Amino acid sequence: MFKIIKQLTSVVAMFAVLFAFSTETMAAKKSKTLENTKKRGFVRCGVSQGLPGFSNADESGNWTGIDVDVCRAVAAATLGDATKVKFTPLSAKERFTALTSGEIDILSRNTTWTLSRDADIGLTFVGVNFYDGQGFMVRKGSGIASTSEFKNGTSVCTNLGTTTELNMRDFFDSRGISYEPVVFEKADEVVAAYDAGRCDTYTTDKSGLAAQRTKLSAPDDHVVLPETISKEPLGPVVRQGDSVWEDIVRWSLNTMIEAEEYGVNSSNADMMKTSNNPAIKRLVGAEGELGAAFGLDNEWNLRIIKQVGNYGESYKRNIADTGILPDRGPNELWTKGGILYVPPAR
Amino acid sequence: MNNIIKKFIPQILAILFVVLIFGFLTLNAQTNMDNRGIDFGFGFLSQESSFDVQFSLIEYSGSDSYARAFLVGLLNTLLVSFISIIICTILGVIIGVARLSSNYLIKNSAAWYVEFFRNIPLLLQIFFWYYAALRALPMPEKANAWFGVTYMTVKGYYIPAMVWENLNVFLYCGLAAIIAIIVLRNYAIKLRDTQGKQIPVFLYSVALLIVLPLLSFLFGGVSLDFEIPELKKLSKISYIYEGGISLPPELIALVLALSLYTSTFVAECVRAGIEGVSKGQKEAAASVGLTPNQVLKLVIMPQALRIIIPPTTNQYLNLTKNSSLAAAIAYPDLVLVFAGTALMQTGKAIEIVSITMLTYLTISLTIAAIMNWYNKKIEIKEK
Repeated sequence: MFKIIKQLTSVVAMFAVLFAFSTETMAAKKSKTLENTKKRGFVRCGVSQGLPGFSNADESGNWTGIDVDVCRAVAAATLGDATKVKFTPLSAKERFTALTSGEIDILSRNTTWTLSRDADIGLTFVGVNFYDGQGFMVRKGSGIASTSEFKNGTSVCTNLGTTTELNMRDFFDSRGISYEPVVFEKADEVVAAYDAGRCDTYTTDKSGLAAQRTKLSAPDDHVVLPETISKEPLGPVVRQGDSVWEDIVRWSLNTMIEAEEYGVNSSNADMMKTSNNPAIKRLVGAEGELGAAFGLDNEWNLRIIKQVGNYGESYKRNIADTGILPDRGPNELWTKGGILYVPPAR
Repeated sequence: MNNIIKKFIPQILAILFVVLIFGFLTLNAQTNMDNRGIDFGFGFLSQESSFDVQFSLIEYSGSDSYARAFLVGLLNTLLVSFISIIICTILGVIIGVARLSSNYLIKNSAAWYVEFFRNIPLLLQIFFWYYAALRALPMPEKANAWFGVTYMTVKGYYIPAMVWENLNVFLYCGLAAIIAIIVLRNYAIKLRDTQGKQIPVFLYSVALLIVLPLLSFLFGGVSLDFEIPELKKLSKISYIYEGGISLPPELIALVLALSLYTSTFVAECVRAGIEGVSKGQKEAAASVGLTPNQVLKLVIMPQALRIIIPPTTNQYLNLTKNSSLAAAIAYPDLVLVFAGTALMQTGKAIEIVSITMLTYLTISLTIAAIMNWYNKKIEIKEK
């Protein structure tokens, strides 16, 4: 009998332990994510496995890119130091699971904002940091100058688990062209297969094509076709259910864009504190109490601008100067003919 | 009474414990999914998938359902496993027997083969075949014809397709031949047991298999045409072959890697099986006047098979599960199509991963059941 009681108590003890863990995860308090981030001392950010200009690591493991800068901005705002970010490289297939399961807190990985992703799978998109569209890359020697010249039997290399797969089908089906989709999990494998002649064309977002082209053995032998077959607004994503964290990420991105609009950059941010324009003063934390709403101090936005820079600086540093897409196209401010337009920070 | 309590209480507790753990895990997952706004359900299976698949054994397009996409992936997994199991068995038996050869060169080449292919990680071998070996193949327009009508290119292996007329008559003739062989075999056994006469069943069987289908061509109105792949220009520099059947390089690379890798383990099973039959058996058989062929067929192999089958079953199961590495080289198997694209497009991680796990479990259990049945059939029947 004594033995049985002993067994019973051990069972009960095990359950106690299990439930102790579970109650912590079940109780969704307000901005648990911010609290945990502060406790941990770094922001957990999911990025791509290497897309030059967006998120790419150099030999010593330093991440750069405009997607990376969003996470750095959040780290500057919440922790005061833009370098306090832990980057997790994720494949297109893994990315949403990593976010919903809580392995990362921000997914900033050239991810297209679509209705089903936003509504269906426990994610919330916070904004757009790059307006993109899907295109095709072909070999220059093929003489193909437009997507209308694709013929039946064209083999198309692309990535798994992206909107690309769906757009591609819509595109070819609507034109009645039969095609062979060759779908890889990693971008590097797509590049290798296309480079070796396995496919006649490579399709993904145009920015991605421009970036991946640099990885080909002879980049100049390839050309991106002019047509854009889809809308691909790329932006950072957070888990559903923590609206404060969602706001922090959204406004960290908005701050970078608005700073460019008002001409505030990393080198003049401190001087702008004495500006005559109240909007600029709010943007550098010299007026108003904007940070309080998130539970942050008042200089959260100043730190973003000083440590990461405004959107224009980030674009120039990562995308224009690296020769990926020197022309900003739609990613120019609305005041300069583009479509970058963010709500006012006030 | 006390004894019954002692006997059953711990068992009931153990069951209760397992049930509670599962219940708790389900509840926990459900609560967390609710908190994060994720719905659970299998309704998505009937929705339109909206994506295409490179290679499919059944008719499939983006307007079909996710359930059909699942079927496409499953059939592709079964196809690659089936072909690889056949090849690895043939190769494995040859290599296994070669390892026991008294010829120094054959014995050592076989040993080298086994040590080489089983000691390199499978994923690396898949990458090797796909990225190194197949990449060295020519572009379609530069390919030389193999056997005059097939083309091995970087875009795949193009072979002629068979165009049948009255295929069903041909198939019925084949079926008739098989039935005739079974009848003949039973008759031969009866003849041997009752009258001690032997007839060359094997020769008759081969003859039946050839003659009956041939007759269908002559009298049944069956005809067979070959559709030969022809080069077609896609643009100034890119070509493909049209007509015929195209085997994608992904399938070829995967079959090569899986069958070469697994054949080493099968070879070891075969060697172990043959070596496991004691020498006395062979000598005794020889001493009652059996020919070397009969010794192998009637004495050694039946006993060796009992040792070979169970570990070989394991290898078949491993091969099937390893086929999921296909995703690395874009072969549209179950993992790539269903647990990859479909999972991504629907976001139903828990549902899709559990379906995929259950499917692999079912495939494995089926293979195991077939092999166990065969094992039962050949094991010693004590009288």
